[in-house]
Amino acid sequence: MQMRKTVQELKVISNQQLNDDHHILQLEAPEPLGIIKPGQFANLLVDNSPIVFLRRPFSIYSVDYVKNTISIYIKIIGEGTRKLANCQVGSYINVMYPLGNSFTIPADREIILLVGGGSGVASLMGLAQELIKNSNQVSILIGARSLTDLVELDEFSKYGTVYTTTEDGSGGVKGYVTDHPVFGDKLSDFTRIYSCGPEPMMKAVAAKAKENAIICEVSLENSMACGFGVCLCCIAETIHGHKCVCTDGPVFNTNQLKWQI
Amino acid sequence: MADLSIKIHNLELKNPVLTASGTFGYGLEFDDFFDVSLLGGIVVKGTTIHPRQGNGYPRMAETASGMLNSVGLQNKGARYFATDIYPDLLKYNTNILVNVSGSTIDEYIACAEIINELDHISGIELNISCPNVKEGGMAFGTSCASIDAVVSAVRAVYHKTMVVKLSPNVTDIGELAKAAEFSGADSLSLINTLLGMAINAETRKPVLATVTGGLSGPAIKPIALRMVWEVSKSVKVPVIGMGGIMNATDAIEFFLAGASAIEVGTANYIDPLASLKIIDGIDLYLNRHKFSSLKDIIGCLHL
Repeated sequence: MQMRKTVQELKVISNQQLNDDHHILQLEAPEPLGIIKPGQFANLLVDNSPIVFLRRPFSIYSVDYVKNTISIYIKIIGEGTRKLANCQVGSYINVMYPLGNSFTIPADREIILLVGGGSGVASLMGLAQELIKNSNQVSILIGARSLTDLVELDEFSKYGTVYTTTEDGSGGVKGYVTDHPVFGDKLSDFTRIYSCGPEPMMKAVAAKAKENAIICEVSLENSMACGFGVCLCCIAETIHGHKCVCTDGPVFNTNQLKWQI
Repeated sequence: MADLSIKIHNLELKNPVLTASGTFGYGLEFDDFFDVSLLGGIVVKGTTIHPRQGNGYPRMAETASGMLNSVGLQNKGARYFATDIYPDLLKYNTNILVNVSGSTIDEYIACAEIINELDHISGIELNISCPNVKEGGMAFGTSCASIDAVVSAVRAVYHKTMVVKLSPNVTDIGELAKAAEFSGADSLSLINTLLGMAINAETRKPVLATVTGGLSGPAIKPIALRMVWEVSKSVKVPVIGMGGIMNATDAIEFFLAGASAIEVGTANYIDPLASLKIIDGIDLYLNRHKFSSLKDIIGCLHL
């Protein structure tokens, strides 16, 4: 059954440091988890920090229903993410979850390209895991600034063919994700493109999808105060007016967004 | 268990904890978290006669111990509320107030007339203090003459409890409170948000699309307490206090300053259960200090 949103104290089971500023926290729930869908997010409380007033939203990286844990992929950006990334194993984090909608999981076998940029890859792991359950054919293109920012490639390669780009050329193809040959003549082989990352990247991806008439869904990261549809701060402009990224999203079909692409 | 009940004009509140407009949606968004009927009341999202898209993005800036918002009264209009949202609120066994706003006096009247027909809505909170709209809103709440004009006009068409929500962006809130009382307010709620702004030094741009916005959260609590204290001395109608209430101790401070009830606002964003915890905490405080009733501490500040 789809899990209802809740606020719980989750126990930090592990804190894996991937590189200088990327961590994966594995958090254990006090009760059996309901179904959490790929693309949904969690809002984590940062304790004892006067300058971090609001919760911090993160994609739910993966869910382990056997261990009863969720994993959160954290890139250190400021005070809030630094405190969370430095949490001790055995400590507890107050988490509001699962929030938002999810990526569409096609019923039939499809050929799907996942495109992640920077910490945007966080919303694609759970998605890749779910997609292959339905025998979809998955390719995963990950873009980063530099080789050291390309993390979890081995993990992603369990679920599909992995391609990479780096802006400085230190790993994979030099350039942005849309410079990768995947976006060349064969792009129209894909039936869907799902993307999460910086907005300029997602817009470039959406433009390519539109050119090739490929269904495209993106996960937005607008700043928000609540995460469950009451503050109305995180709005995205859609063809149906302002929609909340936290409840109507974070995943939107790009044909619904008023993006100039 | 102490007696937490309190009367605000004709509203019988089972406890003095309400939720502030714009921070609690229509209550329905909290159904996953707790039984909303346990609250003394809820004040639903600011409603206008015409649908409003609200302001552009970004609408929020986190600040030290608080946040700025510039939502701009996004709502689907009073008629949509009456036909599509109101029926879902009938399940709640608590006081539901609708926060009513407008750009002109006629818009306030038209909105209040629609809400007046809804039996399960116990009252309105007249919003003359929204800092995030270009026309109306706060402009009505910053002079005695304009307060008199809008409050009197709505009083003529609205026949249940009318709370008037005051703006803190004024020089003498006591005088404006008296004007609202004189013009027919059954109760006053305060404070709405304080006008503020945030700047991104790196981009040299304002953080909010509207440049300025309303500041809320614990950062404004000392101002809110002072204003509740001033207003409660200036008027005879009951005062509903709000501004940065995060826990029961904060709430108690507002009762001591003269508030008969309180609204929990920004805290709802961070902890959806905050209002429920505050009810429990008020009871614990009263028991610990051997008061049998909430009424024993209202306005009982030792000077």
